[in-house]
Amino acid sequence: MLHIVACIKQVPDTKIIKMNPKTNTMDRASAPAILNPYDAHAVEEAVRLKKRYGGTVSVLTMGPPPAVKAIKKCIEIGADEGYMISDRAFAGADTLATSYALTKAIEKISKIKPVDLIICGKMTIDGDTGQVGPGIARRLDMPPLTSVNKVKEINLEEGYAVVHRKLEDGYEVIQSTMPCLMSVEKEINEVPYSSMTNMLKAARYQPVIWAVADLEDVERSQLGLKGSPTIVSKVWAPTKPSGGEMLEGDAAAQTGQLLNILLEKKELFAVKGGSGVEL
Amino acid sequence: MSFEDYSGIWVFIEVKDGEVVPVSLELLGAGRELADKRGTELAGVLIGENVTHLADTVFEYGADTVYVYDHAIFKNYRTESYMKALLECCEKYKPEVILYGATSTGKDLASAVATDLPTGLTADSTILDIEEDTGLLLASRPAFGGNIMATILCKKYRPQMATVRPKVMKALTPEPGRTGRLVEEKTSLKEDDIRTKVLEIVQHTTKKVRIDEADIIVAGGKGLGSANGFQLVHDLAETLGGAVGASRDVVEAGWVEHHHQVGQTGVTVTPKIYFAIGISGAIQHIVGMQNSSLIIAINNDPEAAIFQSSHYGIVGDAFEIVPLLIQQFKQAFNQEVVDHV
Ligand SMILES: Cc1cc2nc3c(=O)[nH]c(=O)nc-3n(C[C@H](O)[C@H](O)[C@@H](O)COP(=O)(O)OP(=O)(O)OC[C@H]3O[C@@H](n4cnc5c(N)ncnc54)[C@H](O)[C@@H]3O)c2cc1C
Ligand SMILES: Cc1cc2nc3c(=O)[nH]c(=O)nc-3n(C[C@H](O)[C@H](O)[C@H](O)COP(=O)(O)OP(=O)(O)OC[C@H]3O[C@@H](n4cnc5c(N)ncnc54)[C@H](O)[C@@H]3O)c2cc1C
Repeated sequence: MLHIVACIKQVPDTKIIKMNPKTNTMDRASAPAILNPYDAHAVEEAVRLKKRYGGTVSVLTMGPPPAVKAIKKCIEIGADEGYMISDRAFAGADTLATSYALTKAIEKISKIKPVDLIICGKMTIDGDTGQVGPGIARRLDMPPLTSVNKVKEINLEEGYAVVHRKLEDGYEVIQSTMPCLMSVEKEINEVPYSSMTNMLKAARYQPVIWAVADLEDVERSQLGLKGSPTIVSKVWAPTKPSGGEMLEGDAAAQTGQLLNILLEKKELFAVKGGSGVEL
Repeated sequence: MSFEDYSGIWVFIEVKDGEVVPVSLELLGAGRELADKRGTELAGVLIGENVTHLADTVFEYGADTVYVYDHAIFKNYRTESYMKALLECCEKYKPEVILYGATSTGKDLASAVATDLPTGLTADSTILDIEEDTGLLLASRPAFGGNIMATILCKKYRPQMATVRPKVMKALTPEPGRTGRLVEEKTSLKEDDIRTKVLEIVQHTTKKVRIDEADIIVAGGKGLGSANGFQLVHDLAETLGGAVGASRDVVEAGWVEHHHQVGQTGVTVTPKIYFAIGISGAIQHIVGMQNSSLIIAINNDPEAAIFQSSHYGIVGDAFEIVPLLIQQFKQAFNQEVVDHV
C-alpha cells in the first residue's frame, strides 16, 4: 500500500493581489489566501494514485496557523491525513530552509508510516521558484523528478516508478527507483469538484500540528531566516506598459505606421533559422 | 568559508540535440559582463556525450575556460549524474557565481546542486549585476505572478547561484576563432550510481516550435473565429519568420496544439516582438507574455484589456488589418532586398 505525502502551501491569490501605487508594496489584505493552485494538482494526483494502487495520502504544509484552511481544502480533494509545521522559528525561510524544515517533518511522518512517494506542485504562485521539491528530494536522498505531466506506472513491489517528464518540445519517459519525489505540472490532471462527503469530512478535520520542538534532530540554525542563504533586499513594482500608443487613421494608415515602427527595429528580423527575410 | 578561495563566473552550458541551447549563449554574454566588472574569468561547464567540440562555440561566445565532462553516462540529462559532475567541479575549482538557464533542465539541476552545496539559489532572474569590490551578485526576479520585482542576495555562501530566464540576456556576437583553456575532466561515475533511466524521448512531431525561444511571436485568440480564421496568424508568422502563439481558448477549441499556448498554464515567453491578435487580454494570458520587449495588439474592441498591456494598439478587424500588414511587410522586405543587391 502506497503512502504518498503531498506538500502544499497556502498562498495569496496573485490574480487578485493589488499593488499600492504610492508605496509600491503589495496590499496583502487585498489578496485572499488560497491553496497554491499547482498543489491542488499534486494532491489530486496523489488521490488518483491512491485509487489506482491503494494506499494513503497525507498532506504536509509549513505555514502560519491560518494555513489549516489549505489542509482542509486538500481533505476536500480526497487526502486522508493533514500535517502542519508551524512555529515562529520557520519564518522567513527561503527554499533551502523550507526544504530542510519539510524534510524534518517528513522524517517524522515516515516513522508513523513509511513514505513511498512525495508529490509537490510545480511551483507556488507567490515565491514561484520551483526549488523546494528538488530540495526535499536531495535532503532525503531520493531522485527528484521535476516537470512530471503523467505518472505511467508505479510498481511498489519492484520499487520503481515510470513517469513522463515535460520538456520544452516534448517529453521524456523516465524510470526511477522508489521512493522518489515528483513535482507535477498542472496539465497532469483536472481537479474535479469535491464530493459532499469529503466536504463534510474537511469541515470537521483537524490536522496534526507540530512546532520545532516536536521534530527530531533539528539544527535550529538551518531554520527560517537564519537558515536562509538568500535574502530579499529590495522589492519594487515592475514597469508594465500602461496602455501604450493607439495607432490612428484607417486600416492602411495604421498598418503603415506600425510597419515603420517595426522597420526601425530592423535587427529584429534577421532571425536565425527563421523563414523570415534577412535584411 | 573563506570567500577569497572562490573566483570566476561560471555558466552551465546546456546541450540539446547536439547544440548549445540559446539561453546558455545568452548567459555567456551576461557572464562576460559580470566577469569583466569583477576582473575575473568566465568559464563554461559542458556536460554530455560527444560534446567536447562544442567548447569552440562556448569560447566564441565569450568564455575563457571550458570544463568538459564528456562521457557516455552523460548521454541524456539526468539530475543525479549531472549534479555529481557539477558538484565535483565546484569542489575542485570553487567558482564565485554559477548561472543556469531557467529551462526544465537548468532549474532541475540548479535546485539539486544548491541543496547539496549548500548555497542560495535565485530563481528565474531577469536582471543581473555584481558588486565590483565584494563580488556580491545582485539577481533580480519577478515574483507573485509578475506583480512585483525583487532583488535577491546571497551574502554568506559561495558560490552564488541563479537561474536566468531565456531571452532576457543578450548573447555576444560570436568571434570566430576565439579560443581559450579547455579542461577535460574525468568521471568515476558508474551507471549503478544513478537511480533514474531515460527510457524514451518523445518530441512533438509537428514543425518544431520553441515559442519560448522565438524572437517574434504572432499569437492569435478566439477573436479569429475559427481554425480557418486562425490561418491568418500562421501567415503573418511566416512572413516575419516568427513562431505561432495562442490563447488557451484557441487551444481548447483545438485550432492549434497545446505547446503553442502562452500564459499561466502555457508557456512564458519573452520575445522581442509579440503580436496579440483577437486576444482579449485575460490576466492568465498577460502573465505569460508581459515581459516581451514590444507588444502589439490588434482587436476590434477598443475597450479590450489587452490594450492596457501593449505598447502599440490597433483597433480594427483582424481580417482587414492582418492581410494588409502581411502585404506591406512583404513589399518592404522585397524593397530592402532589392536595395541591397
Ligand atoms: C519576492 C520573493 C522572492 C523570492 N525569491 C526566492 C529565490 O529566488 N530563491 C529562494 O530560495 N527563495 C526565494 N524566496 C523565498 C521562497 O519563495 C519561499 O519563501 C519558500 O519558502 C518557498 O519557496 P516557493 O514558494 O518558491 O516554493 P516552490 O519551490 O515554488 O514550491 C514548489 C512546491 O514545493 C512545495 N512547497 C513549497 N513551499 C511549501 C511549504 N511552505 N509547505 C509545504 N510545501 C511547500 C509545494 O508542493 C510547492 O508546489 C522569495 C520570496 C519572495 C517573497
Ligand atoms: C486557471 C486558469 C488558467 C488559464 N490559463 C491560461 C493561459 O495559460 N493562457 C491563456 O491565454 N488563457 C488562460 N486562461 C483563460 C483566460 O482566462 C481567457 O479565457 C483566455 O485567455 C481568453 O482567450 P481569448 O483572448 O482568445 O478569447 P476571448 O476572451 O474570447 O477574446 C477574443 C477577443 O477577440 C476580439 N475579437 C473578436 N473578433 C475580432 C476580430 N474580427 N478582429 C479583432 N479582434 C476580434 C474580441 O474583442 C475579444 O477581445 C486561463 C484561465 C484559468 C481560469
